[in-house]
Amino acid sequence: MKKKRVSFSKLYLVIVMLITYLPIAMVVVFSFNDSKLPVAWKGFTWKWYQELFHDAAMIEALKNSLILGFISCAMAAVIGTLGAIGMARVNYKSKGMIEYLSSIPIMVPEIILGMVFMAFFSLLNLPFGMVTLVIAHTAFSIPYVFMMVKARLVGIDKSLEEAARDLGASPSRIFWDITLPLILPAVASGCLLAFAMSFDDVVISIFVNGPRMSTLPIKVYTQMKTGVTPEINALCTIILIVVVLVLLVSSFFRRGKKEYK
Amino acid sequence: MMEQKKPVVLELKNITKNFGDTEVLRGIDLTVHEGQFVTLLGSSGCGKTTTLRIIAGLEYPNDGEVLLEGKPVKNLAPEKRNVNTVFQNYALFPHMNVYNNIAYGLKLKKVSKSETKERVTKMLSLVQLDGFEKRMPSEMSGGQRQRVAIARALINNPKVLLLDEPLGALDLQLRRQMQYELKKLQKKLGITFIYITHDQEEAINMSDVIVVMRDGKFEQAGSPTEIYDHPKTSYVASFVGSANILRGTVTSIKEDTAILSGSCGTMACKTEQYEIKEGSSYTLAVRSESISVWREAKAEQYITGTITEKSFVGGMLRIVVTLEDRSEVVITRQGINFFYDIGEKVCLEWAAQDAVFVDMEGKQDEK
Repeated sequence: MKKKRVSFSKLYLVIVMLITYLPIAMVVVFSFNDSKLPVAWKGFTWKWYQELFHDAAMIEALKNSLILGFISCAMAAVIGTLGAIGMARVNYKSKGMIEYLSSIPIMVPEIILGMVFMAFFSLLNLPFGMVTLVIAHTAFSIPYVFMMVKARLVGIDKSLEEAARDLGASPSRIFWDITLPLILPAVASGCLLAFAMSFDDVVISIFVNGPRMSTLPIKVYTQMKTGVTPEINALCTIILIVVVLVLLVSSFFRRGKKEYK
Repeated sequence: MMEQKKPVVLELKNITKNFGDTEVLRGIDLTVHEGQFVTLLGSSGCGKTTTLRIIAGLEYPNDGEVLLEGKPVKNLAPEKRNVNTVFQNYALFPHMNVYNNIAYGLKLKKVSKSETKERVTKMLSLVQLDGFEKRMPSEMSGGQRQRVAIARALINNPKVLLLDEPLGALDLQLRRQMQYELKKLQKKLGITFIYITHDQEEAINMSDVIVVMRDGKFEQAGSPTEIYDHPKTSYVASFVGSANILRGTVTSIKEDTAILSGSCGTMACKTEQYEIKEGSSYTLAVRSESISVWREAKAEQYITGTITEKSFVGGMLRIVVTLEDRSEVVITRQGINFFYDIGEKVCLEWAAQDAVFVDMEGKQDEK
């Protein structure tokens, strides 16, 4: 009786893991497959990777995505962090309302956000391109940083800042010496989230990217219309490796440094 | 009376503070001399922490003035006052090691690296944490963190060190040890300490001056002996050393001893400096350890009651006697031997000099 239950739970686990990871494994495997069609294994090849690196449009799109990700993420980090710190200090009656409003970009469906951004930018007569992309991506990235930093600030003892003041620190010194180092982990994880959101965003980007500008997700999406090439598999594999590496590094750091409390 | 000759280092003049509609401090005056160990004693919510924060500059008083070494500092930011604070929860910077925590004040003052190193090392040995430079606060025990917090404040050579219930989070044994060490440290450095606590034992063990606070006002200020032996109000008497408060009407006065009659018997009390009038009612405070218990009265004045409770607390036997008017008198005895049982009727007596009149302020004005 007991044995049966154990085997069932194991089976369940295997099924869930298969559903989740088998497609990913397939993508990785077929990126090395010496065949145009992702149906049968024909032999090992680096061909698709070579082709990928010679695909100038793809490289260009990747470059755009990285630039867009970094700039929007950096801007969101500054705005979101300052916003969270400011919000923690003030005590308006409308504070709850403002905090609620600030998380709206996460809750509104992307398709609506995209349309709104497009309408707004054309109203302003802004030329569609990197600038509009950066503005749009920054806007929807801010809440991620804001919420992360806000949550961290709640856990920081207010008397730390008072202690620094008591020891002779000016308000700006307190920010650089005490507050910022303590919220930095939250800023970093907010940034990671924001970058991830920006890096794989298709819906909003399509509305505001302009005729010549293409980000990686848009590029992949448009190529899919003409059929999946193993080149995409190769690209996915590379991104996958980068993501896993980032996760490993961040978890290594988190284990190395104990959480301050 | 050497203390009196030392210069005044800190003065509070008629400080008031409101948070919204609540009056937290209602007119506080305090004069502290150099090198004194002053304790603000009171239950939570009496305004003692607010007083400390006003001295530190973390809170701005609604009215009144703070004078540090004779200079008004009310409008001076905390970072510009030569006062440092040891916070209740230590408030050590969690991302800095012990060395950087202690050196932070010096770093802000741009003290040279070599001097900083020397002074931090000296401070660490002063608080007996030699070799702890590289430790993070999270890797230390409560008592050790406490020492770091003290070192971090003391390294700036403050005129006044403010301590907000610094031993509150420690266990009893460590607290006793730290009391002793803090007092020793204060004597050695000669720095003025203003110490906050709700623990009367701590206050009595360490202070030169105890200020008992209640509801945003100073109830009484004086040396531990004064506060303990001559409490001015029933609150001070019961808060410091938990005295029994009894009421009665004066029936006769013989020289310096007044005889009062209450609902449960008669009581004796020295009149001391007070002018006692026959026929008026007064309040007395009698310490629990000064009361003797007999089956049959031995003295002329005694009150009667029934033993209702016996318990052994902190090395002392605590006996509760309920009087006929339902009020309770607490008696303490060393050791565990006590020859009377619960339910027995007993007589309670004390020598006239063991009782004091309290709450006399209004009474004296009536004259």
